Amino acid sequence: MVSEAENQEVKQTPLAARHVELGAKMAAFAGWEMPIQYAGIMSEHLAVREKAGVFDISHMGQIWVRGAGAVEWLSGVLTNDLSTLDVGQGQYTLMLNEKGGVVDDLIIYRSAELEFFLVVNASRIEVDFKWLQSQALDTEGIELENESEAYAGLAIQGPKAVEVWTEMAAGLGEELPQRNQIAQVKAGNGDDLILCRTGYTGEDGFELFCPAASAVYWLDKALVAGCEPCGLGARDTLRLEKCYPLNGSDLDEEHTPLEAGLGFFVKMDKGEFVGREVLQEQKEKGLSRRLCAIRMMVKGPPPRPHYSVCAAEGGEPIAELSSGGLSPSLKQGIGMAYLPIACAKAGTQLEIDVRGRRYAAEVVKKPFY
Amino acid sequence: MNIPDQLKYAESHEWTELDGEMAKVGISDHAQAELTDVVYVELPEVGNLVEAGDPVAVVESVKAASDIYAPVGGEIIEVNDAVQDDPALVNTDPYGAGWLFKIKAEDTSQLTALMDAEGYTAHIS
Repeated sequence: MVSEAENQEVKQTPLAARHVELGAKMAAFAGWEMPIQYAGIMSEHLAVREKAGVFDISHMGQIWVRGAGAVEWLSGVLTNDLSTLDVGQGQYTLMLNEKGGVVDDLIIYRSAELEFFLVVNASRIEVDFKWLQSQALDTEGIELENESEAYAGLAIQGPKAVEVWTEMAAGLGEELPQRNQIAQVKAGNGDDLILCRTGYTGEDGFELFCPAASAVYWLDKALVAGCEPCGLGARDTLRLEKCYPLNGSDLDEEHTPLEAGLGFFVKMDKGEFVGREVLQEQKEKGLSRRLCAIRMMVKGPPPRPHYSVCAAEGGEPIAELSSGGLSPSLKQGIGMAYLPIACAKAGTQLEIDVRGRRYAAEVVKKPFY
Repeated sequence: MNIPDQLKYAESHEWTELDGEMAKVGISDHAQAELTDVVYVELPEVGNLVEAGDPVAVVESVKAASDIYAPVGGEIIEVNDAVQDDPALVNTDPYGAGWLFKIKAEDTSQLTALMDAEGYTAHIS
């Protein structure tokens, strides 16, 4: 049982009461009481793949970075090359520690010439902010602002996301920004909204950040416009089918982005950044392990995080799953694990240990879907 | 929520129907609604000897694996192969086609520890 003291530390988003009214099953995630599912993970997942769904992402963090030296400073603490960003553009990037391990993965937008908007993981807000502050100690003119509490956030995802926005914004006359871009708009009710054309599901969609007090207003607009309410359960199956890593499961301070297969978001030739030396060494010596996609070959129990991954034909355990579950789109068990490089090639036969029984599995190319 | 009067219920949400010394076991309508989307059922081997409270089966949803406990000690005499082929039966017909296993009870008096429908209704509300 959760003790009362622990209970008090679980934070609520401005939408918590509305989720319960809508029939959500709530549970703690990353220190927040969040909706896990409403009608069911399967139907919510398929709604996002086929139509549109809305997720509460108010738990995610928003950090502003401003100042004359912001580009150079951020370039030294993030892996991607943000000098290529025009105002209004964004990119996926990573914040590393000195060992090359992942402090957080995030999306950064250039909201103005010398202003950047960072959307970070809920469980990492304080860690990220302290890390950034510690990196900014010797830098003049860098202003950091953690505005995570001020915003509520909704992710509207699915092939009908544009139609949903058109209806939500009736009379506003604002078009959504292009893929990976950001727009700040004034809504009819006076709200200042931040719209980001991104997501974590592999479908078209956008994230809308509004003042916390208006969260219910915008959630209800999304529902009226045809979105299914979706919980973190479907968010997890959707991202796993696309092999998007989950921080804390697939990414942590012990694994580098190269090992996680995120080399595309690491620009080694842009100049110095925290963690670069370790990555350079890994590039030269080669990786010893790699985050791989694993598919179950037989009908069996869904693979789940921490299950043992073993060599085929009763071989030794070689890793444990960092993520796993049943894919609602493929109706197959899927997962990811950091495998020794000798076992990391697509086609490698493996076994997953589920409660003492072995089930055949195989390394496959990413993504699953 | 459907809670049939003639069944006995455990706190862990299994129902039991006693016929002589044969106890048929499944999970309640409430339990299946909480789990949603049952995608896999692991059943015990016929002939296994179990004690009351032993985890003997596993019902898995997309999100989680849940142990199912024997409400009474005895021998597993039959399992419902149909739910292994079609786990959704646990959702659609939890008291009928979605039953899980049958135990030949050693001591049916163990079942007095279970709740009746009224007690279970209070337990989940």
